[in-house]
Amino acid sequence: MLKIDNLHAGVEGNEILNGINLEVNAGEVHAIMGPNGSGKSTLAAVIAGKEEFEVTEGTVILDGEDLEDSAPEERAHKGIFMSFQYPVEIPGVTVTNFMRTAINESRKARGLEEMPANQMLKLIREKSELLEIDRKFLSRSLNEGFSGGEKKRNEIFQMAMLEPKLAILDETDSGLDIDALRIVANGVNKLRSESNAVIVITHYQRLLEYIVPDYVHVLHEGKIVKSGTKELALELEEKGYDWIKNEAVV
Amino acid sequence: MAYTEEELKKELETKEYEYGFFTDIEADTLPKGLNEEIVIAISKKKEEPEWMTEWRLQAFRAWKEMIEPEWANIRYKKPDFQDISYYSAPNKKPKYNSLDEVDPELLETFKKLGISLDEQKKLAGVAVDIVMDSVSVATTFKKTLAEKGIIFCSISEAIKEHPELVKKYIGTVVPQKDNFYAALNSAVFSDGSFCYIPKGVRCPMELSTYFRINQAGTGQFERTLVIADEGSYVSYLEGCTAPSRDENQLHAAVVELIALDNAEIKYSTVQNWYPGDKEGQGGVFNFVTKRGLCEKNAKISWTQVETGSAITWKYPSCILKGDNSIGEFYSIAVTNNFQQADTGTKMVHLGKNTRSTIISKGISAGKSQNSYRGLVQVNSRAENARNFSQCDSLLMGNECGAHTFPYIEAKNKTAQIEHEATTSKIGEDQIFYCNQRGIDTEKAIALIVNGFSKEVLNKLPMEFAVEAQKLLEISLEGSVG
Ligand SMILES: Nc1ncnc2c1ncn2[C@@H]1O[C@H](COP(=O)(O)OP(=O)(O)O)[C@@H](O)[C@H]1O
Ligand SMILES: [Mg+2]
Repeated sequence: MLKIDNLHAGVEGNEILNGINLEVNAGEVHAIMGPNGSGKSTLAAVIAGKEEFEVTEGTVILDGEDLEDSAPEERAHKGIFMSFQYPVEIPGVTVTNFMRTAINESRKARGLEEMPANQMLKLIREKSELLEIDRKFLSRSLNEGFSGGEKKRNEIFQMAMLEPKLAILDETDSGLDIDALRIVANGVNKLRSESNAVIVITHYQRLLEYIVPDYVHVLHEGKIVKSGTKELALELEEKGYDWIKNEAVV
Repeated sequence: MAYTEEELKKELETKEYEYGFFTDIEADTLPKGLNEEIVIAISKKKEEPEWMTEWRLQAFRAWKEMIEPEWANIRYKKPDFQDISYYSAPNKKPKYNSLDEVDPELLETFKKLGISLDEQKKLAGVAVDIVMDSVSVATTFKKTLAEKGIIFCSISEAIKEHPELVKKYIGTVVPQKDNFYAALNSAVFSDGSFCYIPKGVRCPMELSTYFRINQAGTGQFERTLVIADEGSYVSYLEGCTAPSRDENQLHAAVVELIALDNAEIKYSTVQNWYPGDKEGQGGVFNFVTKRGLCEKNAKISWTQVETGSAITWKYPSCILKGDNSIGEFYSIAVTNNFQQADTGTKMVHLGKNTRSTIISKGISAGKSQNSYRGLVQVNSRAENARNFSQCDSLLMGNECGAHTFPYIEAKNKTAQIEHEATTSKIGEDQIFYCNQRGIDTEKAIALIVNGFSKEVLNKLPMEFAVEAQKLLEISLEGSVG
């Protein structure tokens, strides 16, 4: 589904990603781990098409199509979703209104009519129940005054609403207490299917107990330095990142 | 001794009235320039009674002595007041024969605003061969109002048909000498609206549809007078979301509201005059004086959405004269490209327990400048006066400016005045966040701007709010990326 080949990207001449190779097939869950500043968020943003980052080499291919010339919203229409590490506040725009706009814009791009209001309401009800979100919450301004945990849960609510083909979750677990973590993981697991894929970016092994990955990759200084199965996450937890850093040097 | 031409002209300026010299000015457009002769000619053309002519002349004499104000945070080339023609008969001849001849960009905007074909024609100045539906609508409308004793007509008509009311109230809230532009308007006002709601009557409809129909072709110097008698209520909508491509550069309107004891007036405006092109050429200069007077327990709310004009100079104000009276000001001012707006309000607390609320939302894009200027004045006798002001600015890009000038003068210790101000910027991160959810940049900006303006949009009557929302989107089109 997603094929990243020798990807180099950076900001104003500073290379942040230097030669990423990654292949994600439908039905798989990949975890990306790595120390702070290793380029995890940058990788997510580059896949989502953030123009701030310049791709200097390599390709990102989704379902056989090079994404180079696709704007971020076009990538979203193609089914890429990213849960932000730091979700942005939009004052005065309710969660419901934001979701309604997002869904209808995607439908429009696919040549569909706007979703009828009753269907929208039903969807919202269903997904907010799945993520145990209080309905009052949906009338609040997007992310404004939300706690860290509420923001993350709201990201996953949006993911559930949009039912993306490829979901990239950037440190969705940070700021979540154990109950919230379980709820969020449950939301993600509900999305998992033969035709979808998930990339989970995390620091900790904890989340991976709930969202069990098929593969684990370790990112260091803009490169994937080690790949393995879920056991790699445990090993990392035990030995710390220094182990990888040292190994990378060798 | 031989008269020089100069001396003759001087004498005419002061004596023409006695001599009835003006009568030979009969053309449909008066010559350029402004003097007493012209003022008299305007009044004469409008077949006004003598007291009105005299009233205009007083204004003109005051204006001659006044200096154009320079304190506002706007920069422009001052109009040459002697190079303007102050009267032209309503133009009955259509500008175009069909919509095909109209600027396609203008039509595109009409379409986006969802304006009907008939109305598009009317607004663009296209000949309409069938009698438009709206005319009969207006007639039924007038009948309903008449049954309740409500008077709603042009100010010219009111001067003739209801002179006692006009004479009693005109200039009581905005005196002729109030300011440079108000004096100019008082001398030369072309037309405008008049509205009187009798005691205890609740006006059963928004006074809008009718006004909108009459909107096309309103003059440069509009004069509006709204009187809500004791215990009455009216909601009045002024303006039109459709872009007005008026060739007149200078607009100086005056609006006076009078809310007698226990009355309420809600006055909503959408202003969308031609703002000039993307290089800052052309565009309307809009210098408006709007003021309302509240008697006991009365309430006046001003709600405005200002998106047009090259220059906007406008401060809808409330004089809270009666005890327990309430003044409100809700404003959205959008500036883009080279537009400049200096707008805000004045709340003058004279009575006891008077309350005022100010919510101002300024949105600046392009190279524009957007200033809020507000005065909250509490008189020494105004016990327990309260004000809450909130001024929020939203910036798009790095080349525009937002400025806030709040002035407070409290002469009574019991006054409670609160002021809050914020400035924010539409960030790339906000836009990317929306993009990532499938919302393109244009739509994202509309969403963010609507969210920002929501408190004010919510104050507009429903159908007007929807139009205003679309208008905000259109005004900011192409302002980012
Ligand atoms: N917009 C940016 N401009 C300059 N440097 C950036 C920018 N974004 C990220 N970086 C740098 O790139 C590196 C990787 O950052 P990031 O992708 O956020 O790492 P991670 O998510 O793994 O913690 C860091 O050194 C960071 O400072
Ligand atoms: Mg990160």
